[in-house]
Amino acid sequence: MKFLHDLIEKQKPLFDKGGKLEKYFPIFEMTETILFWTNARTKSGPHIRGGLDTKRYMMMVVVALLPMTLFGMYNTGLQHFQAVGEVASFMDAFMFGFWQVLPLIIVSYAVGGFWEVLFAIIRKHEVNEGFLVTGLLFPLILPATMPLWQAAIGISFGVVIGKEVFGGTGMNILNPALTGRAFLFFAYPGKISGDKVWIAIDSAKDKVIDGFSGATPLLAATSAEGNQSAATAVSEAGFSVMDMFYGFVPGSWGETSVLAALIGAAILIVTGVGSWRIMLSVVLGGMAMGTLMNMLAGEGSSPILSLPAYMHLLMGGFALGTVFMATDPVSAAQTSTGKWIYGFLIGLLAVLIRAVNPAYPEGMMLAILFMNVFAPLIDYFVVQANIKRRLSRA
Amino acid sequence: MAEFKLKKGFDIKVAGKADLELTDLGAPKKVALQPTDFRGYKPKLEVEVGSQVKKGSPLFHLKSNEAIKFVSPVSGKVVEINRGERRAIVEVVVENDSKDEALKFDTFSDSTTKEQIIDTMSKGGMWPLVRQRPFSKIANPADTPRDIFISGMDTAPLAADMKFIMQGLEKDFQLGVNIISKLTEGKIYLSTESGAEGIPAFQNVINVEKNTFSGPHPAGNVGVQIHHIKPVKRDIVWYVQPYAVAMIGQFFRTGEYASERIVAIAGHALKKKQYFKTILGVPVASLITEANLAHPDCRLISGNVLTGRKVLHKGYVGYYDNLISVIPEGPKERRLIGWYRPGFNLRSHSKSFLSTWVNRDENEVDTLLNGGDRTFVMSGDYENVLPMDVYPVYLAKSIMAEDIEEMEGLGILEVDEEDLALCSYICPSKNDFGKIVRQGLDLIEKEG
Repeated sequence: MKFLHDLIEKQKPLFDKGGKLEKYFPIFEMTETILFWTNARTKSGPHIRGGLDTKRYMMMVVVALLPMTLFGMYNTGLQHFQAVGEVASFMDAFMFGFWQVLPLIIVSYAVGGFWEVLFAIIRKHEVNEGFLVTGLLFPLILPATMPLWQAAIGISFGVVIGKEVFGGTGMNILNPALTGRAFLFFAYPGKISGDKVWIAIDSAKDKVIDGFSGATPLLAATSAEGNQSAATAVSEAGFSVMDMFYGFVPGSWGETSVLAALIGAAILIVTGVGSWRIMLSVVLGGMAMGTLMNMLAGEGSSPILSLPAYMHLLMGGFALGTVFMATDPVSAAQTSTGKWIYGFLIGLLAVLIRAVNPAYPEGMMLAILFMNVFAPLIDYFVVQANIKRRLSRA
Repeated sequence: MAEFKLKKGFDIKVAGKADLELTDLGAPKKVALQPTDFRGYKPKLEVEVGSQVKKGSPLFHLKSNEAIKFVSPVSGKVVEINRGERRAIVEVVVENDSKDEALKFDTFSDSTTKEQIIDTMSKGGMWPLVRQRPFSKIANPADTPRDIFISGMDTAPLAADMKFIMQGLEKDFQLGVNIISKLTEGKIYLSTESGAEGIPAFQNVINVEKNTFSGPHPAGNVGVQIHHIKPVKRDIVWYVQPYAVAMIGQFFRTGEYASERIVAIAGHALKKKQYFKTILGVPVASLITEANLAHPDCRLISGNVLTGRKVLHKGYVGYYDNLISVIPEGPKERRLIGWYRPGFNLRSHSKSFLSTWVNRDENEVDTLLNGGDRTFVMSGDYENVLPMDVYPVYLAKSIMAEDIEEMEGLGILEVDEEDLALCSYICPSKNDFGKIVRQGLDLIEKEG
């Protein structure tokens, strides 16, 4: 360790003020502080500071995302082998998925990281750790078949337009990962919607089994026909409730497992990094709108209205969005009261979009982005109420 | 009497509380008054190096109010007047000649008027013990405070034991209460810790309205208590530390400047942790010998680890402080991927460290910043360590935007550095809320 430490210390003058590479100090700072923890001391009171820093704060989210990531890799392989009618061992499925999605993760971190560092250099500030999370969240919500160049454009848009134009992490209004995905969704809909993209199949090589559809549960629910109820359509498409809970269904590769999201949620809540208020209120909002839709469902109405409310929670990106996207501390509401309203409306809107927008079966992404925009307004009212309370008391 | 049960807040369990053992140190060879202890005011000297002074002789007064004197705690000779940045006076040092000659001041009787009390206290150097909210500075005698608050509890890390320092002061405390109650048309509020063993001085005292508080730090902060008992709006309240109330009583009973102080030395970087009976302005070195330091590189803090002031070993205990906290400085060596170690020993408010889960009652702390400066990213947690109806991040942002109306609306007049110290402690972006709040308060004072 000493060797490494000395090596880094030796480079330091190059990057310090007046050094040849002064401009690139953020890169040096990033490498240095990731490898070796800061030994900076407090200057005045509070003389002691808590051990939590932004690196650890953000890394807790990455850790919480690992179950989703690992399960997503396995499921990518599983879906592939099921589609081609092969029986594969756990390891085979996992490794297939691993090699399938690894390039997406690498592209996301590399391209997004490039922008992050570039802006740090231009703005002369430290590289912010928030990117550790964005860089992993973004690929998780893509189909495993996403072309890499599109992923690269998506993460670039997310980081630059979603974050850096606002001034970087902490200043952004929208969740950068979702911004990137929304861009791809509207720019290249063919690669991120429909029933052809969710399962990794090489059409030149692989031969799919008879009756293969490739649709996600959500797509199946929206495309129920005649008098068929949405729930029946989902189960006839071969998706049991437990499959959806565990995540053995097609979808964006990292979003399918509700169980893995729950494990992530537990980590975030216990460590205090993610807001349980937001998670709970999103679920309540989703249940409320789902139940309302059930009441409105009837003869001739869109079949998805009849989908039992709880099934909305198991489908699509609801779980991942609830646990990891809605809770993004920067783009979410900041006040406790605001969090309840913000979360509830996300759940409400997500199900509403799913139910009433025939062109677009998934509503979670737009619901969160929409509420990101409104979060400051919600907080504004909560804070104004605080000001009024202060003025009005005796 | 009301009982306030506060839930929000956080107790940083720092190892090394002082043992309840009192050594009578007497008057040290040298003492110093430090004008920097009196925030917001500039001093004007009344002595020069070589001046002979008695106990109770003025050393300096406030530039803005000549009547408010700062007097020598001992009789002797002014030996040093030390200046710091921009020639600001930082220390007025008096050498004790042990003759114990003291100026005499008026004593208190039932016919003593408010004006006489203020006049005697100002002349006798006792006035600076009375401070005001908002702004947390020496009270202006021309104001009539709405109420006067006394916090009979200290919840800060390693705080001196209230029962221990108040022992034997029952009569002086009562007298002090009677005297300061003449300064306000409102009430004297005394807050005590609920469930704690009774403190005789507080149990039997009359002429006060008592309330009890329970909960983690900062439940003992006077600002938090005012917020719950009767918040400040555009009015002024005064506050006095309980020990200072007793000293005011003693001053009016004896007619001599009450310079006695009890100071605790605490912290796990000390071998022996204890209490000293000494006098105001005592040198740190008289309380803490080099041999008592258990660590080669220590930080000495006059006050508690959250809001105290860094002092040098050759420095002096602060005017309002009854505690010297001694903790090791952060290690120089940098740990590989230290930010992601499991954290058995790293203390934090966050539960992302194993130290939360393995049973550790008290933690050894150091002065590592544990991170780098970043913009605000976390939300919600700050409110959890501030038991007030205040949004710290919004308040901080309104201050950075210099929006006075907004900061007043968000409650800046109800808080000061010590109330927000825990927000800085838990902040992963290492923001200093205390500094920000003080900027806001200064701005409001400047703009009137």
